[in-house]
Amino acid sequence: MNSPQSMTMRDVFLGRLYAALKEGEKVFIVTDDFGAPTLDKIRSEFKDRFVNVGIAEQNAVNVATGLALEGFTAYAYGIAGFMTMRCYEQIRTNLSMAAQLRPLNVNIVGVGAGFSYDVSGPSHHCLEDITLMRLLPNMEVLSPGDWVTASRFAERSLHVNKPKYIRLDSKPVPQIYAEDAAVSLEDGFHELAQGGGTCVVATGFMTQVARRALAQATVPIGLVDLFSFKPLDEERLFGVLKQYRQIVTVEEGFIHRGGLDALIVGLLAQRGAAIPVRALGVDDRFIYDVGNRSLLHKLAGMDEESILQAVAKANAA
Amino acid sequence: MSNESKQTVAAALLGRLKEKAAWVWRETLKIHGTAPETRVASSLSPVEILTTLYYGNVLRFDPRNPQWEGRDRFIASKGHGCVSIYPILADVGFIGREELAGVCKAGSRLGGIPDANIPGIETTNGSLGHGLGVACGMALALKQKRSDAFVYVVVGDGELCEGSVWEAVMFAGQQGLNNLVLIADCNGIAMLDYCRNIINLDPLDRKLREFQWDAVTVDGHDIAAVHQALSNCRQSGSARPQAIVARTIKGRGVPQLENNALCHVKTLNQEQVAAAIGGKQ
Repeated sequence: MNSPQSMTMRDVFLGRLYAALKEGEKVFIVTDDFGAPTLDKIRSEFKDRFVNVGIAEQNAVNVATGLALEGFTAYAYGIAGFMTMRCYEQIRTNLSMAAQLRPLNVNIVGVGAGFSYDVSGPSHHCLEDITLMRLLPNMEVLSPGDWVTASRFAERSLHVNKPKYIRLDSKPVPQIYAEDAAVSLEDGFHELAQGGGTCVVATGFMTQVARRALAQATVPIGLVDLFSFKPLDEERLFGVLKQYRQIVTVEEGFIHRGGLDALIVGLLAQRGAAIPVRALGVDDRFIYDVGNRSLLHKLAGMDEESILQAVAKANAA
Repeated sequence: MSNESKQTVAAALLGRLKEKAAWVWRETLKIHGTAPETRVASSLSPVEILTTLYYGNVLRFDPRNPQWEGRDRFIASKGHGCVSIYPILADVGFIGREELAGVCKAGSRLGGIPDANIPGIETTNGSLGHGLGVACGMALALKQKRSDAFVYVVVGDGELCEGSVWEAVMFAGQQGLNNLVLIADCNGIAMLDYCRNIINLDPLDRKLREFQWDAVTVDGHDIAAVHQALSNCRQSGSARPQAIVARTIKGRGVPQLENNALCHVKTLNQEQVAAAIGGKQ
């Protein structure tokens, strides 16, 4: 790969939707009055396919549902915490339940996963979405770590006729994968680095942080980027994880509450594998401290240094 | 057709609608007799509304092809209070008549609330406040497809306390969704009390007009009035979404239920059902 470029996931994602609209795809974009530079282009050129429902997430999901029931590919686009939690029951009833009976392509696109909106405080931190969304049957839950995977998910959103939750970072992120990299979305993960005794499993922005941390490690440490909770080839993931003696999970979410760590612990336990798992993430509290994302990571014990310490402890065990 | 023959046809239609409504009323009670879990009082108030939609040349539908693209969409948003749609779906051929005996029984697809697993039912209902927003999306999509199909939604007045209903009301008015019809079955009673003692929304038609809707208030048990209001929606040529505020009686026709503040949760045993039906025959 040439020198990695930084881009925002949302611009890449919306850029693909813009192209799809140009190509005449049956797409509607519904927003709760949340914008982006690429969205400006869409709303000026495709007025009839861009719907601003106002600050009303419940209605955004309901309107998107109605559009999808009529055969359109619908996007409900807004801030991650609000597009999941304010309208959770709409997602449950109209997407998760309904999709068991009818094809329904609604894509909840949440911008601002994890601590993306660092200084905006706990109302804008989104630490529950993975747990809440992976709980719902019939939903895909996609958590890209870079804009290349975000772009692959934009492609997938157009062609896989199911409801999906796609959590995007709000700020520019460097690419992890080459644009033509062979990455299987159906696998749900990619082994970025192979190591000796310890493997780190990360999702979303934390894959970026873990990558930077592990570049400083003195021994090879495995790194798995888990970019999709559903679909996920658990058997294949187990095949990778079982080669390690310890696993460290790292997520911008509450730990021990059904997120990434729970997924890994569960899949190991179901297969009788006694591999210890250390979970890094946010403990049972909100973070009111003001600071940038690195500071918040430090406070939560999930910054680069904390990752290295957790790996060292795991290796020593 | 001469005016005289038009009147004859109209009188014949109204006569037929009245008979059908009486039959739907009886069947709804019979279902409750074998399925006491059903919300009978709530399901008796929209009998004339549902009857007129299906038998009054209002809804376009094809029971042999429930997802027919040209159909009008009907959403029973007050799902628990639309059990009275079951006899209609059976009578017009979406489901088998024999299925009515199985409501709420193991192996049946007809539960206490009509859901999208039943042919002719578009959405998953039961959680209140969803129907109108989904209907807005459908209406918007139908306009985009240049379809002349309409979307009809029945909500209850208790349901109108859900904020999501008003998100949709504001949206439909703003978007000028003139292929959308909201029928508010205003029986005046929620679960615990009269609506006016909980959240008083009267006058509802005026509130809807303020949000850029056309709205009329009718006696929801006067089949001629309901039929005229529903027929006008397609014929009016209005640029606005249309609302029919139907004043109804919860538990209508059953003395133990009618206008009882707690009738939502009241059940009738089989003897009471038989007595109610007997009294009406």
